[in-house]
Amino acid sequence: MAQEDSMAVPEFLSKAELLKQGAEARVYRAHFLGKPTIVKERFPKRYRHPALDEKLTHRRTVQEVRSVLRCRKAGIPAPVVYFVDYTSHCIFMEEIIGSSTVRDHIMSARQSDSCKELELERLAERMGHILAKMHDEDVIHGDLTTSNMLLRCSLENGESDLVLIDFGLSYISALPEDKGVDLYVLEKAFLSTHPNTEALFEKLLKSYTAASKKSSAVIKKLDEVRLRGRKRSMVG
Amino acid sequence: MTIVIGFEGSANKIGIGIIRDGDVLSNPRRTYITPPGFMPSDTARHHRAVILTVLKEALEQAGLKPADIDCVAYTKGPGMGAPLVTVALVARTVAQLWGKPLLGVNHCIGHIEMGRLITKANNPTVLYVSGGNTQVIAYSERRYRIFGETIDIAVGNCLDRFARVIKISNDPSPGYNIEQMAKKGTQYVELPYTVKGMDVSFSGILSYIEEVSHKMLSSGQCAAEDLCFSLQETVFSMLVEITERAMAHCGSQEVLIVGGVGCNLRLQEMMGVMCKERGAKLFATDERFCIDNGAMIAQAGWEMFRSGQVTELEDSWITQRYRTDEVEVTWRD
Repeated sequence: MAQEDSMAVPEFLSKAELLKQGAEARVYRAHFLGKPTIVKERFPKRYRHPALDEKLTHRRTVQEVRSVLRCRKAGIPAPVVYFVDYTSHCIFMEEIIGSSTVRDHIMSARQSDSCKELELERLAERMGHILAKMHDEDVIHGDLTTSNMLLRCSLENGESDLVLIDFGLSYISALPEDKGVDLYVLEKAFLSTHPNTEALFEKLLKSYTAASKKSSAVIKKLDEVRLRGRKRSMVG
Repeated sequence: MTIVIGFEGSANKIGIGIIRDGDVLSNPRRTYITPPGFMPSDTARHHRAVILTVLKEALEQAGLKPADIDCVAYTKGPGMGAPLVTVALVARTVAQLWGKPLLGVNHCIGHIEMGRLITKANNPTVLYVSGGNTQVIAYSERRYRIFGETIDIAVGNCLDRFARVIKISNDPSPGYNIEQMAKKGTQYVELPYTVKGMDVSFSGILSYIEEVSHKMLSSGQCAAEDLCFSLQETVFSMLVEITERAMAHCGSQEVLIVGGVGCNLRLQEMMGVMCKERGAKLFATDERFCIDNGAMIAQAGWEMFRSGQVTELEDSWITQRYRTDEVEVTWRD
């Protein structure tokens, strides 16, 4: 019986459309319970010791699901989770139809004419706002990049919805240090992917500071972490 | 034909090497080993005592006279202050004595350029891991950009300090002895694993293992070999993970490991498995070039000199902190 059950998900995936293979997981598109679904499959990493690999893969699957649920409960847009298979480490979740990544959005906006600046500033403010809400829920994303934020076009009012995805490295923490590092990870990813956007990121942080009730301690920690790279002893 | 001599002494290794158009003519080195760890002023004293001997060796082994040298390269930084000053002083002096131009080289870039020369890797994602540094670097638009790094201590530092905890020898290096003991480890002990985006953190795992190793060893729960094994498996997995993420981000199909920790065969093996699964190629060097040496400074100096760079005497200071991405890579497109 167990043998049959454990074959069900891989069999399902063999008929699904492989969207991409990242460093950690394969992402498929399929239909599940009549809904357009994304299946995220964390596959074994053979370079790791098997005990470490199993622990890590399981933990990341659990953490991803837990954080997504916690965000949704707090009204922060994240995909709906339909089903989780802990044997194959697959998460079946809502496909965000008609969406593009914030990364692609910023890139195309910057490639076109400069009238998009106000739009980008508005986007940065919304990003700061949503991250403040997430941190106030004590959810640390762990891998904030502009590829992990989606803009979903809402048909009703034309304004797009900002949706957070990819919570694989996330965990729950109230520590300003962890939130500061979370923002630091985003800052590094943001500035290396979108060169010369320091002013835009500042807008994001300003919006974050205004929206979060616990922001001053977090920003202080962010400043400390930024300095660490420069103050570290580099012997050897 | 361009012949460059390179002086390296930013940590406990003092090395002087000579490169002629991609050929390593000589590369002698001395290592200052002292338990429990090396202090700046003692290290500088060690370097002062041997540097002229090593310089003689470098010239003799290469079969060259000072007049044959085209440029004198030295480590500008990063590293320990006193040893850096010692070496820079000698470099400045010989440059003036011989009437040759000076070049201040970034230590990390020395590692990268030596790795590229020896392995002929084209445009790899570089994992630079040593006692003082842990960075994932990729070349882009005239800079060696840091994609991921440690947010606290270097992986080599973590390993060295753990070696002190379980009191293993520093000869030839603590990392080497941990590697040998790890080979005999059989039991995997769970340790904290910390990857934050493209960055890693080692101070948590170090403080954890410092705390529990005493208990575990005295209760007989596991042997020191098991702890060495488990520590390596964990920290190396973290390094392979952030390297893979950088590769996925940059679309790179090559990995180059440089720095003293790069000598570790288990790390090379794990990186090899990851590369194989992605269809990527792994490049690594042996202890002659992984570990700090003079030739790597000469090689980076050779590149810089040929692209028209020179360091004036008044700019030939040293600095303990010198980010890899601060240097303009004028020798690459």
